[in-house]
Amino acid sequence: MPKFEYAPAPESRAVVTIEEAYGHFVDGAFTAPAETFPTLNPADETVLAQVSQAGSEDVDRAVAAARRAFEGVWGRMSGAERGKYLFRIARILQERAREFAVLETLDNGKPIKETRDVDVPIAAAHFFYHAGWADKLEYAGLSASGADVPRPHGVVGQVIPWNFPLLMLAWKIAPALATGNTVVLKPAETTPLTALLFAEVCQQAGLPAGVVNIVTGDGRTGQALVEHPGVDKIAFTGSTEVGKSIARSIAGTSKKATLELGGKAANIVFDDAPIDQAVEGIVGGIFFNQGQVCCAGSRLLVQENVHDEVVSRLKRRLGTLRVGDPMDKNSDLGAINSKAQLERITSLVEAGVAEGAERWSPECSLPAKGYWFPPTVLTGVSQTHRVATEEIFGPVLSVLTFRTPQEAVAKANNTAYGLSAGVWTEKGSRILWMADHLRAGVVWANTFNRFDPTSPFGGYKESGYGREGGRHGLEAYVTTSASTLTGAAR
Amino acid sequence: MVTVSTTTRTASDVAAQARDVLGVSRLTNRALTSWLHGLPGVDQVGNEARAAGLGTRSIKTTSKAWAIDTAIGMIDLTTLEGSDTVGKVRSLCAKALVPDPLDPSTPRPAAICVYGDMVATAKAALGDSGIHVAAVATAFPSGRASLAVKLADTRDAVEAGADEIDMVIDRGAFLSGDYLTVFDQIAQVKQACGEAHLKVILETGELVTYDNARRASFLAMLAGGDFIKTSTGKVGPAATLPVTLVMLEAVRDWRELTGVQVGVKPAGGIRTTKDAIKYLVMVSEVAGDDWLTPEWFRFGASSLLNDLLLQRQKLTTGAYSGADYVTLD
Repeated sequence: MPKFEYAPAPESRAVVTIEEAYGHFVDGAFTAPAETFPTLNPADETVLAQVSQAGSEDVDRAVAAARRAFEGVWGRMSGAERGKYLFRIARILQERAREFAVLETLDNGKPIKETRDVDVPIAAAHFFYHAGWADKLEYAGLSASGADVPRPHGVVGQVIPWNFPLLMLAWKIAPALATGNTVVLKPAETTPLTALLFAEVCQQAGLPAGVVNIVTGDGRTGQALVEHPGVDKIAFTGSTEVGKSIARSIAGTSKKATLELGGKAANIVFDDAPIDQAVEGIVGGIFFNQGQVCCAGSRLLVQENVHDEVVSRLKRRLGTLRVGDPMDKNSDLGAINSKAQLERITSLVEAGVAEGAERWSPECSLPAKGYWFPPTVLTGVSQTHRVATEEIFGPVLSVLTFRTPQEAVAKANNTAYGLSAGVWTEKGSRILWMADHLRAGVVWANTFNRFDPTSPFGGYKESGYGREGGRHGLEAYVTTSASTLTGAAR
Repeated sequence: MVTVSTTTRTASDVAAQARDVLGVSRLTNRALTSWLHGLPGVDQVGNEARAAGLGTRSIKTTSKAWAIDTAIGMIDLTTLEGSDTVGKVRSLCAKALVPDPLDPSTPRPAAICVYGDMVATAKAALGDSGIHVAAVATAFPSGRASLAVKLADTRDAVEAGADEIDMVIDRGAFLSGDYLTVFDQIAQVKQACGEAHLKVILETGELVTYDNARRASFLAMLAGGDFIKTSTGKVGPAATLPVTLVMLEAVRDWRELTGVQVGVKPAGGIRTTKDAIKYLVMVSEVAGDDWLTPEWFRFGASSLLNDLLLQRQKLTTGAYSGADYVTLD
């Protein structure tokens, strides 16, 4: 037994009120719950609430409301006025941060430490950042000098994943509203609650009815939204498989799309790396959010001459990770989001072991109820193994080695994906050379999994197209050609 | 658990072990430089982020009570002022003997830390209580004196009965790359300490970078220091969580390398229970439980004790008292 035993430090769930059942948020008001299905707390499998499955009629109504709001008020509003609403939303998110953090942890299973310190503050930061752009779009360099000012597309359909429910909502809604678009958003079926709480924030901020509409449901709802003829642009974050089907379904239409899909990032550690910080970066890269991160550093590429030292330091560090009750402020790892995801992780790890990888996990006792997977390290992994090529989306690190910078780049790029990469070395020139040669949307140097609204994020290859965040992220939400003009953006 | 031998080692024993660790036949400044500069670097941003992350641990109820008592037992209760008098030192010793007159179950601090000329006074006041007397020496705090003076300063304190010596390294020599001088001085002071334990003050506020803090830590351990200590308390910044993190990683790695355990003492600027608990969390999660005793971890502090006592009273009685319910020393 350790000398310094941390007593339970649970966050109170009393700060948030969860309704028994929820409808959709359309045209500024909630509809009556209908065709409901449960959303669970993945940490203990209890039912948190019933949410409604939106059919095509619900999607029609939401798109129509968004169109009315775009044409009637939002598309005509000055940027300065839109900015005020975004600032107001950002401040309300900060004021209600605890509520959002608790609700996100309950619905998603991620530790309260992360929702409190990462998800909610960065979500608010995205609204603050984009609020500032709302009245400065003509100066964002989006259109050639002297050309038309950038204009919104109109109605944007947005489909977001379960791994960062509120944060992905912010990544989607903030730029859309700042540029003068209106929104129909569908949260993931397993994590709809913070989006529904966000609907309340829209009401609280006095946002005009129909500017933001939220419809809940499974993939069928998403499909209805994506295929709806009244939608001008699609923004999707999720699996590559669904991303491809969206690209197919909108082919031949005038719809614009940005897709942020899967990843299999390499975290590359050279022998001159700051080793203790590199170990932290490896841990943060793959165990943050239980590894359910599209840009997770799931492949550790370590220079062969320091492989043993890095792995032994990593294992010692993992011995201090605390896995358990996500509501406990000292939990470092929480629950896997769903049974289906847990099964996927389990079967991929079994496949890795069958292919010859060596499996290791620190000693940790997992709760009996809920969906849990221990932090896992697979050593002796080769490029041909499934665990080196397929996205596991769980707390599982595959360890591979390399000998030279050229080989590191070749192995890192040898994937169907290209979302992110990490480079650990004290040599500045090598960082620049690596960043130049890595085919990934984000390259982190001596850090990993850092997110900031000012920084564009997006992928190469099967990781998708388009960028979110920063000045680049605005591009996807505007057009600079006058032909699609349906409202004034100034 | 490995324990450091308390038998006196001569400076030449220390040099022999150092040659062995470095794998060289002669200990030169070049050998020391290539060894120290071959240590992995410290990334400032990552190091500070890790320290801040550990600082968010939430320590409540029973674990808080344990941490408060453990922290009290690790304090080197310190007065290092030009205005120190016999009366002041005696009253500090009385405080160490009875930290909280309202609660006799309160643990005592580990040591009283004074200037060399106050050792005899402190020793007499503490008697056979088991509370150690630590003396700062070697031209504390600047260290700007000849080696002969530094050794005389050390011997003087040891002869007066000091159980522990807190020496300062020659930061000028360190920053100019003269590692051999720093090494020799520590080794000689260690020899002059005899049975007394040697704490080596790095004065990290003057070394500035974490790379320097790591190198100075390894140099001090190589030269035979029993403890590495952040600061004199006379230079800002004194102890910080990130610099202590670097030093805890150093002692952890040193034990792995040599089998020898070395203690860590952050000193200066640690005033609240909340801060002290953050340090204990860091000790536990970075160096490990073996360091969670006064033998291997100390706080150099003066006002910290009263805040720990206030928090302890609060846990016992359920209500905050106030500054007038702990004694001034």
